[in-house]
Amino acid sequence: MTSALGTETAGLGIARGAEEPPSLRALRYWAYQYKRTWRGSITTSFLYPVLYLTAMGIGLGSLVNRHAHEVDHVRYLVFLAPGLLASTAMQIGGNEATYPVMGAIKWMRTYYAMLASPLRVRDVLFGHLGWIAVRLVTVSGIYLGVMAAFGTIVSPWVLLALPAAVLTGLAFAAPIAAFAATQETDTAFSTIYRLVLIPLFLFSGTFFPVTQLPAWLQYVAYATPLYHGVSLCRDLTLGQLHPAGDVAHGLYLVALTTAGLWAALRTYRSRLVV
Amino acid sequence: MTARGLTKRFGQFTAVDAVDFDIEAGESFGFLGPNGAGKTSTMRMISCMSPVTSGTLRVLGLDPAHDGPAIRRRIGLVPQEDTLDLQLTVLDNLVVYGRYFDLPRKVIRERAQHLLEFIQLADRAHERVEPLSGGMKRRLTIARSLVSEPDLLILDEPTTGLDPQARHLVWDRLYRLKQQGVTLVVTTHYMDEAEQLCDRLVIMDGGRIVAEGPPPDLIARYATREVVELRFPADDNAEVAARLDGLAQRHEVLPDRLLLYTDDGERLVEEVRRSGLTPERTLVRRSSLEDVFLHLTGRSLVE
Repeated sequence: MTSALGTETAGLGIARGAEEPPSLRALRYWAYQYKRTWRGSITTSFLYPVLYLTAMGIGLGSLVNRHAHEVDHVRYLVFLAPGLLASTAMQIGGNEATYPVMGAIKWMRTYYAMLASPLRVRDVLFGHLGWIAVRLVTVSGIYLGVMAAFGTIVSPWVLLALPAAVLTGLAFAAPIAAFAATQETDTAFSTIYRLVLIPLFLFSGTFFPVTQLPAWLQYVAYATPLYHGVSLCRDLTLGQLHPAGDVAHGLYLVALTTAGLWAALRTYRSRLVV
Repeated sequence: MTARGLTKRFGQFTAVDAVDFDIEAGESFGFLGPNGAGKTSTMRMISCMSPVTSGTLRVLGLDPAHDGPAIRRRIGLVPQEDTLDLQLTVLDNLVVYGRYFDLPRKVIRERAQHLLEFIQLADRAHERVEPLSGGMKRRLTIARSLVSEPDLLILDEPTTGLDPQARHLVWDRLYRLKQQGVTLVVTTHYMDEAEQLCDRLVIMDGGRIVAEGPPPDLIARYATREVVELRFPADDNAEVAARLDGLAQRHEVLPDRLLLYTDDGERLVEEVRRSGLTPERTLVRRSSLEDVFLHLTGRSLVE
């Protein structure tokens, strides 16, 4: 009897082992969705860094270099590129965690379709954030490729800038998704852009070292996530590592991502399971 | 499926108030009631998407509180509002959904082909869902719920908002599923739908079950064989009703007409005429679940 049960359980175990993890099944949905728009999306992922690096890095950069010679011991273009990489990751994380989350709850109701299947709330959430991570890998990978083409890559540590950028994006996506799941309309999203993402983009060291800011504003910058994403990506790209500082930047982003996930599990549950 | 004292509360509001029911395998069971009667809340609980507030519920012999994913694996759900992906093609909607159940892509494609033929959408397989008509989307939602070959199919108002032709097509497909042994649980506020589809049903009102049984039994129990509908030019239906007291076994006064319950409609119409009343219109018809509902609650099903 016991052995028969044991065999059965073992058999089940094998069957379970062959199963695709539920959150990966949810992720597949987003991949299917993306099939429709990937061409435009990939093109944008190339164009955006090309335009920014040309306009700001080369155009504005030539002025900066003439007056300041170097920023943080490198040409302005080289200084700027990793900042833009982190900012782009933030923007992708923000975009993908606002309207698509609202759509999956209110417009297309995709989350409800998933929840009618064996998928659970956590699978739905991890599947969506997993997809956002996939997007971040692609976009950041392309960005690094463009940076290489612009000759801004000077250190092998740059390989770690990819996970750093993805982490930066997730540190925004997870808490923003948690917030988006509490909203009835999309009006608050434009407020997030105007009052959170754009100020962070401007004042987190993307375009100039935060040490150029008045002292009190520097402390504000240190408290915000993009500053840590920019610093980490820049240190890795330039190969100018500050071990303690860089570990702290990473931990900050991991902590924010984790807190966002925890909050999102709660807001998703209270929104989707009533 | 068994429910005992099944209750759903949202804050102070009690949507489902201690209902009991049993649904047998292979049966086609209905929840009939007006909007707000608690049908959808009940459906959401039995499809393990909404936690039970109190009472016990067993679906396919399992407890939704602990075995939600295992139960949902064996359930097909047609929710009240379609949750199709409008940007994807008809076929991709089925494939994506089948993937949620971890079915191999090959299996899904084989089943999808049969299902699209079954719901007469095979020629639209590679078109986007968005431009399809309401009836087509509804049929696709039904097909999607069948991809996992469920033992239990839960349909929340499967034909609300469809034109008569589309409704009959949906009914026909559901009837065939029933013949294949699929257990159907249907909510509706259409009495004709309930009469068409359900072996047995409960009538819900205000979160409670007010009657239960096969449709013909309910009609026999709560209504007469025939109903005479009278429409008078004047607005004082109540006054007219008083004058007709005693002619019929029972009557109901509606805002626009008067219903008289009797076993012989033609004879009653004669008697009304003889009593000197001249209704603008008379209609003799068989009693329906609508009359049962009216009798039990004093209100019509569809306002």
